[in-house]
Formats: sequence, structure tokens, C-alpha cells
Amino acid sequence: MHIMEGFLPSPWWQIWFLVSLPFIIIGLYQLNRLVQEKREVLPLLAVAGAFVFVLSSLKLPSFNGSCSHPTGTGLGGVLFGPCIAAVLGLIVLVFQAVFLAHGGITTLGANVFSMGIAGPVVAYFIYRAGTRVGANTYATVFCAAALADLVTYVVTSVQLALAFPGTAGFLGAFTAFAAIFAVTQIPLAIVEGAVIMLVFKYIVQLKPEILTRLNLLSESTIRKLQEATA
Amino acid sequence: MKYGMELLVAALIIVFAAVFLVQDAAIRASGEEAWGGADGEAADLIEASGYEPWAEPFWAPPSGEVESLLFALQAAIGAVIIGYVFGYWQGSRKTA
Repeated sequence: MHIMEGFLPSPWWQIWFLVSLPFIIIGLYQLNRLVQEKREVLPLLAVAGAFVFVLSSLKLPSFNGSCSHPTGTGLGGVLFGPCIAAVLGLIVLVFQAVFLAHGGITTLGANVFSMGIAGPVVAYFIYRAGTRVGANTYATVFCAAALADLVTYVVTSVQLALAFPGTAGFLGAFTAFAAIFAVTQIPLAIVEGAVIMLVFKYIVQLKPEILTRLNLLSESTIRKLQEATA
Repeated sequence: MKYGMELLVAALIIVFAAVFLVQDAAIRASGEEAWGGADGEAADLIEASGYEPWAEPFWAPPSGEVESLLFALQAAIGAVIIGYVFGYWQGSRKTA
């Protein structure tokens, strides 16, 4: 999903910076408040960030003969909401743009939007909707993380199709980019969803009080989940 | 079942790896090059339309080895943090 350095013409790269900026500012504000009011969630924040580091560095071969990487931002989106997840995504994308020439500084706004914002927004709302209707927690986390991954790549395809409609027009260009990105991503999204679901299970087992502190799960749900796997 | 979810995820990863091996064998038999990055393929598609990127990365890893070093470093940093935190939680639970 990385749009390479210089691959977004003006005005698109400025537009995506402007779109991403408010999320980052709100995210920094929320982060600051979280650290001051709920210091005990700091390790979980570190885990969510570390997950983006690990998963976005793994380029996995997919079924159609090309390689792509999962994003890992779904976990942060579920746990802390899209704005804080955007800050976590920003850190990783800067690391990759500066040290790996992967992505770029001029395309940072667009990449933060697809990986750090669009994906986590989807994860956040799926999780909220799932818990509201009382769906199985692990299945909800799986769907949230897998779709966050997939949506990231769909959004990248949209971003590129908007900037490069070519002669085929937006829809034609979107189909061409989605054929590269989204199709490659489907199996990877499933694997990412499964891995994050497993991590969520370990958080429920080891540190359930953090999840209640963040208003993510009620104590009765946690007890039920722990009994099911005990 | 205590480890039901672990088994499910492990099975999924094995299927994923098996499909890769089968496909890789098929692609090699046909003599094609494959398994490039999707990011690069998108860039090629854009360049094919005659677009010239207007900015260059100011530093790029000088070789594939250095690049894979930095990617491995990125994953290692993340893995250390995850391992540390989960280990800390596990330990403090046992001694609580």
C-alpha cells in the first residue's frame, strides 16, 4: 500500500496531508490524555505500536504471484480508536520512508490516510458494532483486523486512481490498481485477522483489566471468554 | 478446547504456505518471474503511462542486503516490545 516517493502529483499529495492532519492532531491530544489519566494502558499501547512494526515489515507472498505486507493497524484501531492508531501508523511510515526508501515523505499524507486512518476507522466501527449486537468477541476482532487490512489497500487503489485516472477514467484506473493491491491482499488480510485475534485472546487471558479500563469489554464478557478457553 | 484457536491459526498459516509452494512450483514450471512487490507493480503501472515521479527518496538502502537488514531490524524492534510486555504481564500475574 505504500505509494512511492514522488508518485503523487500536486495537488493530491497536499490534499492527503490536509486530510490526515486533523486525525494526527486529535490522536496526539488523545494520546497525551490517555498517558496522563490511564498510565497502566501504556504497555498495551506499546504492543499495538510494536504490532504495526512487525506486521508491516513482513512482505508475504500472496496467491497471485506478487508480495505484499499486512498492516497491523487493526489492533490499534480496535483498542485505542482510529486517531491514536493514526499516530502509530505515522511512526512506522516515517521509519520506512526514511530508512528503507519504502513509501516517501511527499506521499506520507496519503499513506498515513490509507494505513493509519481508513483501516483503523473500519476496525473501530466493526468492533463497536460487533460488541453492541453481542457477536462473538474473537470473531469480531478477526473481521475488524482483516477488513482494516483490506480496506487500507482499497483506499490506496482509490488514491492512485484519483491521481492517475488515465484514459480509462477513475473506475477503469481503480480496477487496474485494485487488481494489483486488493486481490493480493485478500489472503494476507485473512492471516492478519487470525493473528490479531490470537493476540487479543492473550490480552484477555493476561491483562483483562486493561480492556475493561478502556471500556472495550465488560467484566462478565471477559469471564465468559476466559472460561471458554480455560 | 484450550488451544482450539491456536490450532485454527496454525492450520490457516499451513494452508497459506502450502498454496504458496504449489503456486510457486507452477510459476517456475512456466518459467515466469514472480513474487515482486505489489507497491513496485503499482509504480510500474503508473510509469508506463509516462508519468515521471517528481521526488526521489533522499536516501535508499544501497543493496538488497542492507534493505533486508533494516526490515529485519524493524520486525525485531516490534517483536522485542511485544515479548517484553506479554512476559511482564505473565510474570506479574504469577507473582500477584
